[in-house]
Amino acid sequence: MMAVAAGHAENTRLTDRVVGFIDHLRVNGFTVGIEECGGIAAHLGARRLTRLAQIRLELKTLLTGNREEWQRFDDLFEAYWLPSGKVRINSKRTTSPHVKNPLRQTPIWQDHLADGQPGNGDAPQVESETQNEATGDASGRLIAARQSIDRKTDLKHIVDPDEIRRAELLALRLAQAMRYRLSRRQRMARKGRRIDLRRTIRHALPRGGEPIELFRRATPDRPVHIIVFLDVSGSMKHYSRFFLQFVKGLVCTWMHSEAFVFHTRLIRVTDAVRDRNSARAMTRLALMAEGFGGGTRLGESLATFNRNYARRLTNSRTVAIILSDGYDTGTPQQLTDELAQMKKHIRRLIWLNPLLGWRNYEPVTAAMQAARPYIDHFAAANSLESLAAIEPELAAMS
Amino acid sequence: MTTSTDIAPRLANAGYVADDALATALELTLSLQRPLLLEGEAGVGKTETAKALASALDTKLIRLQCYEGLDASSTIYEWNYQKQLLAIRAREHEGQSADTIEKHIFSEDFLLHRPLLEAISQPKSPVLLIDEIDRADEEFEAYLLEILSDFQVTIPELGTMAAKSRPYVILTSNGTRELSDALRRRCLYSYVEFPDHARELAILRARMPDLEEKLAEAVIGFVQQLRKEDLEKKPGIAETLDWAAALCGLGVKALQDDISKVTETMICLLKTEKDIKSVPKETVSRLAGKAA
Repeated sequence: MMAVAAGHAENTRLTDRVVGFIDHLRVNGFTVGIEECGGIAAHLGARRLTRLAQIRLELKTLLTGNREEWQRFDDLFEAYWLPSGKVRINSKRTTSPHVKNPLRQTPIWQDHLADGQPGNGDAPQVESETQNEATGDASGRLIAARQSIDRKTDLKHIVDPDEIRRAELLALRLAQAMRYRLSRRQRMARKGRRIDLRRTIRHALPRGGEPIELFRRATPDRPVHIIVFLDVSGSMKHYSRFFLQFVKGLVCTWMHSEAFVFHTRLIRVTDAVRDRNSARAMTRLALMAEGFGGGTRLGESLATFNRNYARRLTNSRTVAIILSDGYDTGTPQQLTDELAQMKKHIRRLIWLNPLLGWRNYEPVTAAMQAARPYIDHFAAANSLESLAAIEPELAAMS
Repeated sequence: MTTSTDIAPRLANAGYVADDALATALELTLSLQRPLLLEGEAGVGKTETAKALASALDTKLIRLQCYEGLDASSTIYEWNYQKQLLAIRAREHEGQSADTIEKHIFSEDFLLHRPLLEAISQPKSPVLLIDEIDRADEEFEAYLLEILSDFQVTIPELGTMAAKSRPYVILTSNGTRELSDALRRRCLYSYVEFPDHARELAILRARMPDLEEKLAEAVIGFVQQLRKEDLEKKPGIAETLDWAAALCGLGVKALQDDISKVTETMICLLKTEKDIKSVPKETVSRLAGKAA
């Protein structure tokens, strides 16, 4: 009896520690609900204590939900349970709901995305090309800041923090609207090829089983599958922020979509971008995509995609969208090879180049020249309007 | 309660060598009766796990292969329309009333069981394998949530049918599409890696007991090294078994003594043109040397 009581006390202590461990996991980005927490506590309380290795495997099965968590689990477990183990990660919550502008919490983004806070001296400079555009001259910054957002305005010229946020929201909504218009699925159809037997018979019953009226069904449209590659190198600095929101809009609302960012290497960011908590999404992105604002190695990045992801993530309805200015430090030959390889896996390649919207720009860089033969749709993407213009390209496939 | 100490040997008896992580996951699936989601590269033995579990528990395996466009009627139930029409006609001649006919034609006799209904209608808990769930549409995935949490199906004409015995559910995914959080939360999770040297050797020995020990060692050493190469598609366990059988059939005794034969049989391991080109004879020779 004594032994049972002692065992029970031990279990209680263990359960307490497990609850602490679950909190530790949550701090590190795991999504563990209260229900799971209760279930695990009950499970451990109800069984005989086993070896630590066994508890570790059980908790791993119970608490992880995807590959990334599965791979990170062991380190986090050691950090929490083993005093002589790895250094405990004291990561602070960067995802407080009270933080109004999450980007200000992440220096990498602050720098790269040129968060236009007054007086930080980091705001994007209006370059000489502005004279070609609507916003005008060297004092364009102030003028642009006072103007309402025009869908035709070059995104580079939007510098006022409020306007930046509004433009971001517009980019997000634009992507969501595109998704809505493209994905409505028609299941019943008057001129469908197949007869809907179930419905026909149901409606025939009141008429004594005579199928007078025939109901038909058309094969539902398969939604377009989208893979977006966003260039976050230094030369894309002024555009990445808006494009990221556009990508977020596409990826969050599109059933079949994937997102990658690239600079000198390629990083799959689908999960981070999908994160509903935008502050956490930005933090995760910043941590994942270390090296923002550096050079671009487009060919190598695409090689990584072709090698590791293309087979799993593409199908005959895949449209790849590359958002890049095409300033590549790699060899044009590699870019050609990798694009050719990628084209085998996908249906269409859309390349959106923000510089194309500039009046005097010609895509003469070696990389752009090399890429041109493989691009199905090459368009400008320097304003919200030009982003919206890719919709017909996607609609043509659905 | 079934414990990991006895599930692993039972799986081994069924010809499946499970590592500790997988054995623990299966044990929890059995004790908590929650679905298990298995992810991992193609060829690591996810589908085999379900088959082995069914065999170890001596129960029925019901398999639902997912594909794009899969809908509820082809996975749960469907009325046998032709049979219903015939019955209506036959009963009309007998002069039965519409009410009686309707009651008759919407009975179990006319119901075609599809895998999910079949799984919850079994008297003894079966193993329900929902293979490659990532290939199915999101709508279907959402539909599955209800079945996986309540284990019951509602048929408008017959009412709700609750599970006679709760099936052990194993879902597999190759990562074609990201699965919803809702589905992940309802499942236990295990990521299946390629087997390590010892486990793969044990699998090979279990499947091909006649293979010479030295050759078996070399085969596994070679495949383990090959997986480290830059390949489009890494060879899975099934490929290893095929290759070992091919080598055996060609009478190869030691890999490094017969490099040309070994190179010829590489088609068992490498499944794309690019991979075959990227592993020339010299590489085969190097790997065979290492494996010896």
